[in-house]
Amino acid sequence: MVWVNDIIQGILLGGLYALFAAGLALVFGVMKLVNLAHGDFSILAAYLALAFVGLLHINPFYTLIIVIIIMAIFGYVIQRGLFNFAMDAGPMQAILATFGIAIIIQNLLLEGFTANSKGLDAGKIENAVITISKQIAIGWFPLTTLIVSVVVLVALQWFLGRTRTGRAFRATADNQRAAQLMGIDNRHLYGMAMAVALAIVAIGGVFIGIRTTFSPSAGPLRLIFAYEAVIIGGLGSLWGTLVGGIVLGIAQVLGDHIHQGYGILVGHLVFLAILAFRPQGLFARQVQ
Amino acid sequence: MSLLELESINSGYGHFQALFDVNLRIEEKETHAIIGANGAGKSTLLRTICGLIKTEPADKVRFDGQAIGAMSPHKRVGLGISYVPEGRWVFPSLTVHENLQVGAHSKRTGVWNIDKVYELFPLLARLKNRQAFGLSGGEQQALSIARGLMSNPRLLLLDEVSLGLAPVVVEKIYQAMPAIVDSGTTVLLVEQDVGQAMKFADRVTCMLEGRLVLEGAPGEISQEAIFAAYFGV
Repeated sequence: MVWVNDIIQGILLGGLYALFAAGLALVFGVMKLVNLAHGDFSILAAYLALAFVGLLHINPFYTLIIVIIIMAIFGYVIQRGLFNFAMDAGPMQAILATFGIAIIIQNLLLEGFTANSKGLDAGKIENAVITISKQIAIGWFPLTTLIVSVVVLVALQWFLGRTRTGRAFRATADNQRAAQLMGIDNRHLYGMAMAVALAIVAIGGVFIGIRTTFSPSAGPLRLIFAYEAVIIGGLGSLWGTLVGGIVLGIAQVLGDHIHQGYGILVGHLVFLAILAFRPQGLFARQVQ
Repeated sequence: MSLLELESINSGYGHFQALFDVNLRIEEKETHAIIGANGAGKSTLLRTICGLIKTEPADKVRFDGQAIGAMSPHKRVGLGISYVPEGRWVFPSLTVHENLQVGAHSKRTGVWNIDKVYELFPLLARLKNRQAFGLSGGEQQALSIARGLMSNPRLLLLDEVSLGLAPVVVEKIYQAMPAIVDSGTTVLLVEQDVGQAMKFADRVTCMLEGRLVLEGAPGEISQEAIFAAYFGV
């Protein structure tokens, strides 16, 4: 029964990873940009929430509204003001630009908030559990995280499938030049894609801040988990990011069960196994 | 004033020059065919007009009197220039219906809408929920033209419509042309199939090695003149 509990905890953790992975997958899908600052964007969102909690003395959940809006605007501006130009110069320049932004964010956070670990206190929900049996207990907060990530993915799927901008995203992902020939302004569209991605990762950032402590250097590890979730799930598949997150989450929880501290290692090993035996991921998009 | 005016265009890809001193005028509601052998610069010409290749100074390409040489392709779509590319470039992961919806992204209004293009190409109506990557070459070509019409263009640029298609399929595609012309759309098409171009166009221009070498109405030009211009003999 302990194993069943581990698997449940892994699934719930996967919900959190999906929140990181979805934005990363969207940006890569639409504009083929490998965003090395993605993890740092999430930590930036966590610090924003921390600042608003300190300023307004509210529950971090309520800061989500303002943090999501700020991160979305920030995403649009940084895409139009920097990444678009870097992408014009070439894919390597674009990666380096995101890497540079990652370094800048880490150091600004270090200046502003010191290297000490911080946390967001969401109150009672953090420790509230639903006890199913002696050995199986589901935390309210991890459950909320998973539900939110499913809601986000459903909303994203609706947006991509049913709205004019969403279709433009998919058309641009398929063939950027052809999309321009349909009257789609790719520079604006890329800005929109980054805005959506950072809005989603803002939720992930605030949730990670509630779940665990964070410091200015916590971004890169989030980035690696997000990448692993995307690759395991399969590039271009929205629900694949959730499955990828869940597979990674289960692997990490089971790893920790075998020996405390093995979790991350086992997660990486599962990722490597997928790369070796099914490099297209579990749910690769069935096109071409 | 002509709908489209090109004035001594020298254009190409990077250091490779493909067009030399090209002057061309396209009148409103005209159907104009550009013919020529492989590598004559026909597609480069269309790409210069639709904006995939930009020109300096900008006023060497004028659309309805407006200098558009430096304008991005998406803005030219907004003005009413629609390019149906060689190789079709359909969006493979989108359904036929979604491809058409994306074609209407510019929100230009006019005679063409999704029902009208389904009427023009009934086979697309039958395939509307199919993903485009599974379509045959002819179906993709029909979709690419229909998608181009969804922006209600004043000038429709058709690049090698018949390339790689069986003659019977080409016939079917060309059956749709009169309806497009009758809708008042100006058509500029590039075609290697000289017979098809002569049947369909009001005016024909022949290109050779990046230059315009012959222009006239199909009835006015002799077979010999076309042969000489086409092959440069």
